[in-house]
Amino acid sequence: MNKIVEKENFSEKVVKIVVEAPLIAKARKPGNFVIVRVGEKGERIPLTIAGADVKKGTITMIVQKMGVSSQKLCALEAGDYVTDLVGPLGKPTEIHNVGTVLCCGGGVGVAPLLPIVEGYKKAGNKVITVLAARNKDLLILEDEMRKHSDEVIIMTDDGSYGKKGLITEGMEEVIQRENIDECITIGPAIMMKFCSLLTKKYEIPTMASLNSIMVDGTGMCGACRVTVDGKTKFTCVDGPEFDAHKIDFDEMMSRLGGYKSEEQDKMDHFHE
Amino acid sequence: MERSEEYIKNERKKEWRVELQKKTKAKDRMAIERVEMSEQDPNERIKSQRIEVNNGLSKEQAVLEATRCMDCVNPTCMEGCPVSINIPKFIKYIEKEEFGKAASVLKETSALPAVCGRVCPQEVQCEQKCFYVEKLNQPSVAIGHLERFAADWERESGEIAVPECAESNGVKVAVIGSGPSGLSFAGDMAKLGYDVTVFEALHEIGGVLKYGIPEFRLPNAVVDVEIDNLSKMGVKFVTNYIVGQTATLEDLKEEGYKAFYVGSGAGLPRFMNIPGENANGILSSNEYLTRVNLMGADSEDSDTPVLRGKNVVVVGGGNTAMDSVRTAKRLGAENAMIVYRRSEEEMPARVEEVHHAKQEGVEFLTLTNPIEYIADENGRVKQVKVQKMELGEPDASGRRRPIPMEGSEYTIDATVVVVAVGVSPNPLIPNSVEGLEVSKWGTIEVVKDKMQSSIPEVFAGGDIVRGGATVILAMGDGRKAAANMDTYLKEKYLSEKVEQ
Repeated sequence: MNKIVEKENFSEKVVKIVVEAPLIAKARKPGNFVIVRVGEKGERIPLTIAGADVKKGTITMIVQKMGVSSQKLCALEAGDYVTDLVGPLGKPTEIHNVGTVLCCGGGVGVAPLLPIVEGYKKAGNKVITVLAARNKDLLILEDEMRKHSDEVIIMTDDGSYGKKGLITEGMEEVIQRENIDECITIGPAIMMKFCSLLTKKYEIPTMASLNSIMVDGTGMCGACRVTVDGKTKFTCVDGPEFDAHKIDFDEMMSRLGGYKSEEQDKMDHFHE
Repeated sequence: MERSEEYIKNERKKEWRVELQKKTKAKDRMAIERVEMSEQDPNERIKSQRIEVNNGLSKEQAVLEATRCMDCVNPTCMEGCPVSINIPKFIKYIEKEEFGKAASVLKETSALPAVCGRVCPQEVQCEQKCFYVEKLNQPSVAIGHLERFAADWERESGEIAVPECAESNGVKVAVIGSGPSGLSFAGDMAKLGYDVTVFEALHEIGGVLKYGIPEFRLPNAVVDVEIDNLSKMGVKFVTNYIVGQTATLEDLKEEGYKAFYVGSGAGLPRFMNIPGENANGILSSNEYLTRVNLMGADSEDSDTPVLRGKNVVVVGGGNTAMDSVRTAKRLGAENAMIVYRRSEEEMPARVEEVHHAKQEGVEFLTLTNPIEYIADENGRVKQVKVQKMELGEPDASGRRRPIPMEGSEYTIDATVVVVAVGVSPNPLIPNSVEGLEVSKWGTIEVVKDKMQSSIPEVFAGGDIVRGGATVILAMGDGRKAAANMDTYLKEKYLSEKVEQ
């Protein structure tokens, strides 16, 4: 049982929660994730870590309401407990001083990108961050990103904030303007696919962090398998980050829908 | 704790045993037919994942079966037991109708008797070495059934005896993984007076006993009672803790842990790397069974979904394949099929499991191997392309090698495919501990019979060493490791204390 010490509604669909987890707070590195379970009948779901406070012994997670499990988690308030929390899981991001890094985040993918941006900056890189959201209200962590980036470019689908357009348009502007040594992209699968296609054209080494379906998160179930460079990998223990240019994104997107109808049934049942 | 032959012989000469030996003539004992354990009706039991198939023995059946045991001078059955249970002693207590004492004998060397009584392959262990089999070519004493009877009797009586533990020596040891190997190790170390903490990555204690073996073979309540008993012996359990990730071995050393037992199991499911295998609807037996057994996905009020289908294909011929295909049946599959590349004779599954699967209407497509999966326009599997096989010369495993028959390909309709072709060792511990020697298969290298790794304070056993074995072999490793770690720790820490 882990206590929620703080909760903030970012938008109707997106919630920030800060949870007591002293060991995870100490051990986690950029790129790691956790598995959370709410209630004795709860599902184990993987969630990214947006930050940690070692002194307070807490980690921060940003959750988007999607299915039954994320809805249940988002319904909890400060003072409530999550039933189970385990981690940190996955391999951390390999952060080196490479020069200039382009960090691209979309939707709630901005949350796990934050510790990576911090990491790159700390390692001495010039960090240019491109954030994308459907509209102004759905944009998260802008101030935090500005604090750790040399430059932040914001793209919205409807032009309600920053520039109007897709994340790739913002990225391409930077790529054409200056030399980029490395790129990382985290967000919806379709977004990562197009970010990857773009950077492939410019031959910029790119990592993508995947949010596959998982049960245990420790390599046991194989639900998170993904094809990278023609080989099957497990997102939980081999990833979650892989060379974006080698990921079979179409298969990955299809697999994210692997339990779609069963999840819909659970949702219907939940709302009854 | 290990008993010498002399000790076993002396026990046999105790008055109560001699009395029993005299009470019934050998001829009369041999005239009794082996007991048959009753089972739930297959048509009824497939309606729920949680109806246990075997009913256990009645008191009368157990006492009569115990009477068959000849209380041999040289109990060869014990040679077949990886945890050295004093088999004649516990059986004779059953004959004497002192069931609680029978259970205590089991617990002298086994941390999980109710579990072993259900899932051990006794037919190739103790029972294969029974006098009846070796000398008379007759069915063995039903040692497994009797073991289950004694353990169940004790549990149901509510008078559960906690094994005696030595006075605490204050030395902290950590167990990594709460499966059968870790639990067996923990039990022995607690008896020796160590301060034992078991770290488990999942949210439940029990490892494969909980996530893997279905409740129709091993009810969770049975496992929980055995775990509870370990708690009463002073063993501490920590869930949601991944050693190597949540904290390192070094961190634990700083907290005062002097030695470690790694029983982290063979976590990674193997796939066949054939075309189309990553289509939706194709999953590992680990995923399938975990969703149902650990997460309760067979019940509507669980938040965890599971795939159901009219036609379910399970690939493989081991116990896990049988567990998966029988689970599919219980989840409503009309056609639940085993696809196995060798013949039934070579199947690694227990004969009992194959028999039960057949009773439940499972189809067996043997000498058949999947070569490709065909998906529909939404990426969901709809057909399995298979190939017929024939058996050639024996291979390295001693079993006849399956050879594909050219031109024999055909397709089977299936919307759910469960791949149960084996597991590989979990890499989390080997990857996170520097200096730990690991084989090319990813198993931890240990000194055989000592279970000590290349790092003196790290011992290991079960599937992380064997790569894939049984509950009881994993338990045997736990016992061996405990005995040897005890020697190691006594030399290193406790002898000095004595000298002071």
